[in-house]
Amino acid sequence: MNRRESLKAIGIGTITTGLLLDASCKTDTKKQGGEVTTPQETAAADPARTPYELEREKKLNAEKFFNEHEMKTITVLVDIIIPKDDKSGSASDAKVPDFIEFIVKDMPEHQTPLRGGLRWLDLQSLNRYNNTFRESSAQQQIDLVTLIAYPKKAAPELAQGVSFFNRMRDLTATGFFSSQMGMKDLGYVGNAPNKWEGVPADVLKAHGFDTVWG
Amino acid sequence: MSDLQIKKSSTTYDAVIVGSGAGGGMAGYVLAHAGLKVLMLEAGPFFDPQKNSAQLKFSWESPRRGASTDSRNFGDFDAAFGGWSLEGEPYTTKDNTEFQWFRSRMLGGRTNHWGRISLRMGPHDFQPKDGLTEKWPITYDDMKPFYDKVDRLIGVFGTVEGLENEPDGIFLPPPKPRLNELYIKAGAKKAGVTVIAGRGSVLTEALPGNKDRGACFFCGQCNRSCKIYGDFSSSSCLVIPAMKTGNLKVISNAMVREVLTDKEGAATGVSYISKDDMQEYQVNGKIVILGASACESARLLLNSKSAAHPGGLANSSGIVGKYLHDSTGSGASGWLPQLMDRKRYNEDGVGSVHIYSPWWLDNKKLDFPRGYHIEYGGGLHMPGYGFGGGIQHMNGAVPGRDGKMKEAGGFGAGLKDDYRRFYGVNIGMAGRGTAIAREDNYCEIDPDVVDKFGIPVLRFHYKWAPDEVKQAKHMQDTFQEIMHHMGAIADAPAGKDTSYGLEAPGVIIHEVGTVRMGDDPKKSALNKYCQAHDCNNLFVVDAAPFVQQGDKNATWTILALSMRTAEYILSQRKKLNV
Repeated sequence: MNRRESLKAIGIGTITTGLLLDASCKTDTKKQGGEVTTPQETAAADPARTPYELEREKKLNAEKFFNEHEMKTITVLVDIIIPKDDKSGSASDAKVPDFIEFIVKDMPEHQTPLRGGLRWLDLQSLNRYNNTFRESSAQQQIDLVTLIAYPKKAAPELAQGVSFFNRMRDLTATGFFSSQMGMKDLGYVGNAPNKWEGVPADVLKAHGFDTVWG
Repeated sequence: MSDLQIKKSSTTYDAVIVGSGAGGGMAGYVLAHAGLKVLMLEAGPFFDPQKNSAQLKFSWESPRRGASTDSRNFGDFDAAFGGWSLEGEPYTTKDNTEFQWFRSRMLGGRTNHWGRISLRMGPHDFQPKDGLTEKWPITYDDMKPFYDKVDRLIGVFGTVEGLENEPDGIFLPPPKPRLNELYIKAGAKKAGVTVIAGRGSVLTEALPGNKDRGACFFCGQCNRSCKIYGDFSSSSCLVIPAMKTGNLKVISNAMVREVLTDKEGAATGVSYISKDDMQEYQVNGKIVILGASACESARLLLNSKSAAHPGGLANSSGIVGKYLHDSTGSGASGWLPQLMDRKRYNEDGVGSVHIYSPWWLDNKKLDFPRGYHIEYGGGLHMPGYGFGGGIQHMNGAVPGRDGKMKEAGGFGAGLKDDYRRFYGVNIGMAGRGTAIAREDNYCEIDPDVVDKFGIPVLRFHYKWAPDEVKQAKHMQDTFQEIMHHMGAIADAPAGKDTSYGLEAPGVIIHEVGTVRMGDDPKKSALNKYCQAHDCNNLFVVDAAPFVQQGDKNATWTILALSMRTAEYILSQRKKLNV
């Protein structure tokens, strides 16, 4: 099998690698923000899935775990954790709340910590500001998050909140940076046919290595 | 189910092979190419990497972003249909011991997703001098021609090093190290640990003389199986090519129940249940070859009881199931502050190891026998589920862009920037070592439990000994030393409370030894050609015949041993009436 045949076999037809990269960049810009392929679409035409998996995903997608209030609170939280900046959009722009809704159904061990953590947050907020977390002012939200976002200096009586926020931060980061928007932000340029020739010369030099073998 | 009956085939094949992984695949390949009519039975569905691989999908194409599930233990894109547990196919353990059994039900078995690390066992692995374990009935010199042929047929990258117990092969060029691996190499050197290029069955260049397989295009996703057959899977490299000869037929979804024998005790074929129609079938073969995996082949033999073989087929010695051993395994991770804010480029590389450490020490100075090798990893890999986890353990440990220390954890634009800064700084190391084959580590038939097909299941009894725990401790000490010398920040090391991170038996998925070979029929089930002492038209070609595994991953030895067995079968055709 020569290179052209190889590319054809992986579904890239006869276009060159250069064109392929160009094409994916264009898709990137066009689809930014709305890129998450829905699970149903992924599963339907996928010969890499087993019938058991297709059935399971169908079932999960038919279920709903978080209620509307919880989803709105999650949306506020993920955008506090990963806001829009000059490089990319916010967590909710990358549909992180939808990812979190799916993942808690897929991994039930997240369910109680998140549901309970959201209620813990609302109770703290009600006691402090007389409003649920999402209905508090932006500044109040930041003030409360600040109390639980720094594990080493957080007050011991807020330890449960720290655990909740650690989990929320991890899920937000995973959801954001594994999205198309997040990978572009991060500068991941792999998952494309190439020829690996070792660490580039300028990088070797910057790190003090003489040759590609160190 | 009044319509249930056993459907008996009138065809007699030259050989019936149970299993389509490395062992079954190689036997089928050799015999079909020699003109024998071969029937291969696979317990799972047909699988062709060209059509069924999830290669080149991005994490976001998985709703769980590539995370593992109960049916994909190594991630959503991984090419293993099966895992540590299979619905309706239990196994049990005995006396509060532990064993984890990974089964992959599909054409090619576990070779569709394996790490492609392809190491030859060395002269001392076959003929150990410390007296702790039995010697193999064969030597490295007996095996060398077959390792050579496997290298040429399938392809393996590596470097010629001239190390006595790490025999060199016929190598394709190895992939060059990633940046993380250059740091590891330098740190290991300072710690006195040998590091050489990896050895893996990935076609870093076109395989001479082979037009069916493409050269690697460096996506680093070998575990998803390769659409262009650029790495070794038994499905793509052995079974599918063997089918093209017209001499090998595969029946998929065929769960074999037992090996059938005649009054004299000779094998006549096998019986199986088809998962497609749930009907019972019997097929005939002049010889029967088991390549169902070490434990599954032992299970088949023990379940094949008859008047001629009252203790199970090939088991007059009572040895079948005993001497089960998996590699030891323990790992560590950390990260390199020097790699923060690193330049981006495509560093996917190959989906096998780029560098590794072959065993480098002399046991005379150590408190445990034999040794281990170390596999290394790290780099600018595709972010997936788990990315960014535990940032609060990292971002308070080093100064921010402004040179000032930050409070660990946080949120907002500063945190978002931290994820960028820390991308690609992680490193991982994993030790894989020799576990001693012991008679009291075994699998047997559970007298009380059957699977959903009514087939009696395996019950395991496996305990690590102090030798293995001491080895794991040595691994952990070595990892810490290497990380110290490379300027890495190590994650909390595994300590005494976890037996130094020693994984449960079975977890490394190198289980071998359950139908061992030997010259003495009282102490072994198979002769030195993997032919049953008690039944001369029965052969075992997976990892069950291993007498004692080295620290080397089993696959390359399974392939060489199966090829040797298949060539022996061809040389004995008249005698065996094949």
